[in-house]
Amino acid sequence: MKAHLTRRYIFSASHRLHSDELSEAENLATYGKCNNPYGHGHNYALEVTVSGQVNPQTGMVCDLVQLDDAVQREVLERFDHENLNVRQEFAAAVPTTENLSEVIFNILKQSFTAAHLERVRLEETMMNSFEYSG
Amino acid sequence: MVYLTRKCEFSASHYYHNPEFTAEENQRIFGKCANLNGHGHNYTLEVTVKGEVNPKTGFVVDLKELKEILNREVIEALDHRHLNKEVPEFFQQIPTTENLAIAIWNRLQGKLRVAQLHRVRVYELPDLFVDFYGEP
Repeated sequence: MKAHLTRRYIFSASHRLHSDELSEAENLATYGKCNNPYGHGHNYALEVTVSGQVNPQTGMVCDLVQLDDAVQREVLERFDHENLNVRQEFAAAVPTTENLSEVIFNILKQSFTAAHLERVRLEETMMNSFEYSG
Repeated sequence: MVYLTRKCEFSASHYYHNPEFTAEENQRIFGKCANLNGHGHNYTLEVTVKGEVNPKTGFVVDLKELKEILNREVIEALDHRHLNKEVPEFFQQIPTTENLAIAIWNRLQGKLRVAQLHRVRVYELPDLFVDFYGEP
């Protein structure tokens, strides 16, 4: 039997939405207050969904401790209490939550292989969330 | 096709133990969940059904009937129970959230008269849940 398991994590980071390819006026028109020069921050909620056959001996899709360790090591330690704009992951991309979802998905795809990575869902605020499935 | 989700809660105790494993293996694989005295959770269950909207009633499913089925088939059997000791599915199987979602699916499958079961989602904690779609 195939089941999907989802684990939720919280991290906090700052960012500023600004593209060097746009003029000052265009940046303001596109990103609004998210373009304010000194940036701002969010408490992000990250939901990681993995899937696989339920192991008949353990009753589990994967070892939750391994998943927690991978997310802690590869995602939370990397982004929690950081400024996303100065991270190398966003050297060439605007740190929108769309792009952050894709970055986190690709990091976890590489670092967690004990189950199939189905989806990453990222809540930027209570009012908006983004999903990326590869 | 419209999807309708009904939410309910139940509280139960359990522990994780596989008699085929040594005590050390049980401890290593299941961690604190292996404590044979057990522990408990407030589970949240979300059951999603799907179907065409009946043009006469505007319903996918009669919510009162769905609630009665959930109460009869799931809540009465699991709420304030010890899953390992009182729920037959878990006499031989470990009551993980994965197996719990599958067991609830099996309890509900075939019980709905009009709509079709789409997903069973079981939250063990607010930050941990399992989805089962009836996939083999």
